[in-house]
Amino acid sequence: MKYKSLLSVLVAGGVLMAGCGDTEEAKKEDKPATEQAEPAKEVDLSAELAAYKQFALEQMDQFLMETEKFVNFVKAGDMEGAKATYAPARMYFERSEPIAESFGDLDPRIDGRLADIQEEGKGEEEWTGYHKLEHALWVENTTAGYEAVADQLLADAKELHALVQTVEVTPDLMITGAVDLLNEVSTSKITGEEEIYSHTDLYDFKANIEGAEKIFDILRTKLEEKDAALVTTLDEKFKAVDDLLAKHATADGGYVSYEALTEDDTKALAAAVNQLGEPLSQMGIILE
Amino acid sequence: MTVSKDDKWTEKKISRREMLKLTGVGMAGVAIGASGLGGVMKAMGYELLEDDSTTAQNKVNFYGPHQSGIVTPVQTHIYFASLNVLLTSKQELQELFKQWTPLVVRLMNGETMVEATTNTRVPTGDTGEAAGLDAANLSITVGIGPSLFDKLAMQHLKPTALQDLPHFPKDQLQQEWTGGDLCIQACADDPQVAFHAVRNLVRAASGKVEIKWSQAGFNSFPAKGGTPRNLFAFKDGTGNPTDVQELKKAVWVDNGWLKDGSYLVARKIQMHLETWDRTSLKDQEATFGRHRDSGAPLGKTQEFDAFDVEEKDSNGEYLMPDTSHTHLARKSGVQMLRRSYSYASGVMSNTGAHDAGLLFISFQKDPAQFIAVQNSLGRMDKLNEYITHRGSAVFACFPGVQKGSYLGEALFNAL
Repeated sequence: MKYKSLLSVLVAGGVLMAGCGDTEEAKKEDKPATEQAEPAKEVDLSAELAAYKQFALEQMDQFLMETEKFVNFVKAGDMEGAKATYAPARMYFERSEPIAESFGDLDPRIDGRLADIQEEGKGEEEWTGYHKLEHALWVENTTAGYEAVADQLLADAKELHALVQTVEVTPDLMITGAVDLLNEVSTSKITGEEEIYSHTDLYDFKANIEGAEKIFDILRTKLEEKDAALVTTLDEKFKAVDDLLAKHATADGGYVSYEALTEDDTKALAAAVNQLGEPLSQMGIILE
Repeated sequence: MTVSKDDKWTEKKISRREMLKLTGVGMAGVAIGASGLGGVMKAMGYELLEDDSTTAQNKVNFYGPHQSGIVTPVQTHIYFASLNVLLTSKQELQELFKQWTPLVVRLMNGETMVEATTNTRVPTGDTGEAAGLDAANLSITVGIGPSLFDKLAMQHLKPTALQDLPHFPKDQLQQEWTGGDLCIQACADDPQVAFHAVRNLVRAASGKVEIKWSQAGFNSFPAKGGTPRNLFAFKDGTGNPTDVQELKKAVWVDNGWLKDGSYLVARKIQMHLETWDRTSLKDQEATFGRHRDSGAPLGKTQEFDAFDVEEKDSNGEYLMPDTSHTHLARKSGVQMLRRSYSYASGVMSNTGAHDAGLLFISFQKDPAQFIAVQNSLGRMDKLNEYITHRGSAVFACFPGVQKGSYLGEALFNAL
């Protein structure tokens, strides 16, 4: 009986598939000849793609160097040094996140939050990377016993650095990446859920925005050819976000703790990011 | 990038298909097609003329002497949004209304915001959740609040009647539910159609407006028709003005740039369902001054029976208690057009009670009418025991739009 029903499914499937094939054929025949002959023209973005790859590689170089510094502080038990290096080092990663996150398991190993790990049904013992050390530094107030975690982080950073050399940057990666960077800000940075122990969320915030702005800058000329008004709008909207962030900058070039922000502050930042996101999502017009 | 104003051209009835063809050959010097939201609009300098469809199903007309959503038969759902402006000049405000006008026509036709795009690398111009749904009798009513006139330095055009409402006894207004520079009232017989309209109009105005507060609501009509009931189970809306003369007297503004427009009062009124539900039917009826099942005034048998608030029984007691809601409201002697919706928005986090109530909406020639009724209810109204006013706003809703014009044109002509 089981066999029979399986067979009938197979037969039905075959019939369906044949049906599909027929309609596809029919559709093609319906189309006017010109439409068939003209292949979709892709805009030449090779210079832009190369520029972005270059940017990502530079960021990854810096990320690796700064991570090494951070790891050395942790292993030397230098709490102050480690805390001071933590947020600035992460900014190189956050700026180039569209690329960094294209390697499925490396991103969570380096940047995973405990909540993400648990969501995947894994235990705390599988938690590694920056946020695990963040917890050690800001909550446990120690680096003792975290040498292996630090070593693993450096090894993962090296692996990421090596893999990025091989990345093929596509127009979609750039254009989607810019919006994704903003979405990162809207969903986790603006809520203080990225850096729940150190509260250095504004560093990540700034870096994500810079990462999106870099993509916009690289595409600027191509965008101007399509829609100059969009470029003007984006310049204004990036400036609005940057100006708001500058209000929360500290004298040493860093940012205040997320906990120092009022509800009005976060609301204003969120609104500015949303107003930037809407026009930024139109950058795909250059691919027409 | 704007198209020069050519009266003959704008008046000429031209179909969208033809227009796209024209623009496609470079009339506006801009490529049309896949630039997504606003691409067509921008290219045409917002001069695109949309018209009420004659074939759309379940459609309310946009063009006419008054805006839709006021005397339009009450639909089953509302999505009401109060917005603040981010724009800073009168000219930008005018541009916004010119941009919105054809979009509102399209939405009320049950159409998408823009024609489908061919470029899949950009987000679509319409968010899409109303695809496959008809117009669902969507009405859209746009109004402006008192704060707008101060923000954009046009106080000289602010009608004296357009003021924040005074404090009423027992008000517990919360800032997050109060005021706003603009409002969009979207009513439809489908909740998703109503929400889609507000969502897309706000999205199209990204960077120009932001939502201050919003509220969804519902109304259910008995199969046999008749007045809908609120969540206290009493009929709400009995006694509304209906004929042209009554409406002229109670609802439409007579002169100025708001002529043929109306004032909208919105009140978010929490109803304490738990306490109401442990009140005897007799007390419930004494609270409203009406019989619950029939809606008839106390002592009468039919909903629309005439009554005299001063009428007393053989013991000298008022047939309709003088602390009842209907008694006090009627005593004010003024009429307004009520168009309220119930809401149920989850649970109050501080008490665990239902966060439910009434999004009270009324239209009147002058907010003074609402104020008179509310003052008459005052501290006396027995209903106060069961309700708390949490939000309040007042908006001047523009007159209707004639073909070729746009929302609020009379205001800008008066500048």
